[in-house]
Amino acid sequence: MEIEQARRFYTQMLLIRRFEEKCVELYSYEKIRGFLHLYIGEEAVAVGVMESLTPEDAVLATYREHRQALARGVSAASIMAVMYGKREGCCRGRGGSMHLFDTSKRFYGGSAIVAGGLPLAVGMALADKMMQRNRVTVAFFGDGAVAEGEFHESLNLAALWQLPVLFVCENNRYAMGTALRYTQSQTDIAAKAASYRLDAAQVDGMDVFAVAEAAAKAVSSVRAGNGPAFLECLTYRFRAHSMFDAELYRDKTEVEEYKRRDPLIVLRRQLEEAGMWNAIGTEEIEAEVSAIVSEAVAFAENGTLEPLEDLEKFVYSPEAIA
Amino acid sequence: MNTTYREAVREALRTAMREDERVFLMGEDVGHYGGCFAVSMGLLDEFGAERIRDTPLSESGFTGAGIGAALNGMRPIVEIMTVNFSLLALDQIMNNAATLLHMSGGQLSVPLVIRMATGGGKQLAAQHSHSLEGWFAHIPGIKILVPATVQDAYDMIALALADPDPVLVFENPLLYNEKGELDTHAPPLPIGKAKTMRSGSDVTILAYGISVFKALDAAETLAREGVEAEVIDLRSLRPLDDAAIIESLRRTHRVVIVDEGWKSGSISAEIMARINEQAFFELDAPMERVCSAEVPFPYAKHLEQAAMPQPEKIVAAVRRTLEEI
Repeated sequence: MEIEQARRFYTQMLLIRRFEEKCVELYSYEKIRGFLHLYIGEEAVAVGVMESLTPEDAVLATYREHRQALARGVSAASIMAVMYGKREGCCRGRGGSMHLFDTSKRFYGGSAIVAGGLPLAVGMALADKMMQRNRVTVAFFGDGAVAEGEFHESLNLAALWQLPVLFVCENNRYAMGTALRYTQSQTDIAAKAASYRLDAAQVDGMDVFAVAEAAAKAVSSVRAGNGPAFLECLTYRFRAHSMFDAELYRDKTEVEEYKRRDPLIVLRRQLEEAGMWNAIGTEEIEAEVSAIVSEAVAFAENGTLEPLEDLEKFVYSPEAIA
Repeated sequence: MNTTYREAVREALRTAMREDERVFLMGEDVGHYGGCFAVSMGLLDEFGAERIRDTPLSESGFTGAGIGAALNGMRPIVEIMTVNFSLLALDQIMNNAATLLHMSGGQLSVPLVIRMATGGGKQLAAQHSHSLEGWFAHIPGIKILVPATVQDAYDMIALALADPDPVLVFENPLLYNEKGELDTHAPPLPIGKAKTMRSGSDVTILAYGISVFKALDAAETLAREGVEAEVIDLRSLRPLDDAAIIESLRRTHRVVIVDEGWKSGSISAEIMARINEQAFFELDAPMERVCSAEVPFPYAKHLEQAAMPQPEKIVAAVRRTLEEI
């Protein structure tokens, strides 16, 4: 365990946590509208996986993707401005919380069709393989996506063509409000993935070091040209699915149970055991994160609205004959 | 040179792949089988299995993979066996290909070409025979091309590949054996431009795809009766060439639209609406249209033919516009 890495993990996870807590507050003030899907409880997954990627690699995610965007280095200010519907946001008011994109970070969204991004990841990896570029494409998705045909089509294509793609399943045990056991004949998702003849592993998604280690192994195998890999991260969503969810489908005791495995608490315990907790400077990190979030809110507040004349912009490329 | 529609498409694919290493063809049976309509026959030998890529029966998967490859620097051509199967890829076409540029605030362009077979007349019944190009033309963010001629069968591949946005090209398999003149050096007529196939002053017949030839047949019959019909090949359903439509109407003052799609909510309805909005007072008679009957296409030949636009129906529609004077 290196102190720099520990500090980085804690900072990133705390940033995601505080950013999303701020989002909830802003939602109640109606600064943010539409759907807002929170990741609180699942921070270790995005942060742990992103650790193994280079700036050349590509990341695709779902509609619950603030965390991947933040962990990938998309600026908090840009993301917040998107949620305010401001033009200074990374998609100029078009995408919202569910559709964040930043090509400068090779972050390709932001898909609200739960398995819809998987075929895209396959295609991006196909392009890299055909052009002999040594890049990895990572697709994040939830356990709900496993029931979609596009999941199976994508795993088959990636394994068949031996493409450099890492599939990361964030198994938070509920597809919106329906537990996995009510929707899947085989609830062991890694086992299901392995049937496509790709390397599949399962990891504790509440433990950022465990995720990082499993992801490092998977990414290095993919990068070495061994074809796709699959990582199932067992995690849990502490908050409601969206701001409209009354959470009637799960017991409060279950939520409380998982909160004891809060990835921030797990990390703290690990650092305490290693005698590093006091050394990483948690107060400074809290202040640093708080400043980033405040600056993001100020940036979004001071942002401008996309002019109405530009409503139909970006439907076709400007150089195209429309 | 005189060649077939099939050979024109194949030659266009071959030329594109020779000129640009980013271009590749992907779809069901495109490689070892040679294409279900033999369009890509021989291309596997020339370009290899990487670039003439057979796929599993996973329309959504490989169409999405085409989008991903396009996002990542390639110029993929995805072939979907028939338009009814494209519905399995509708999620990718609509939710990704058509929307990514907009949702990303202009960051992600999708230079993807999707070719597919369309249309009835082969007794393949209700899951192989429909004309859904007008349906796809409802979607902003994509372009819809329908090559009718051998020249367009060739040109539209290059036009679609040169476009930075997703382009869907609908080929009617009944045209693959049709012969026509092909000039591979002529500058192509751009996307969004209709073409006058026959000049006339009495009525404008608007058609696309295989219906263009039915309209030309009808025009010959009408000419024997002393009625000179102007036949316009729309070529592109999105964008539509409103200017060409209105320009012809200003001379003929009568319009018949031929559309192999179902009448309700069809592209012919859209064209009528645009004429209504832009040139209502140019009309000397109510507009007419010849569409497919509102049925899933039947197998039996006489039923299927009765369901589709035919030259005699076009002739009758033209006569109705003339009676209204």
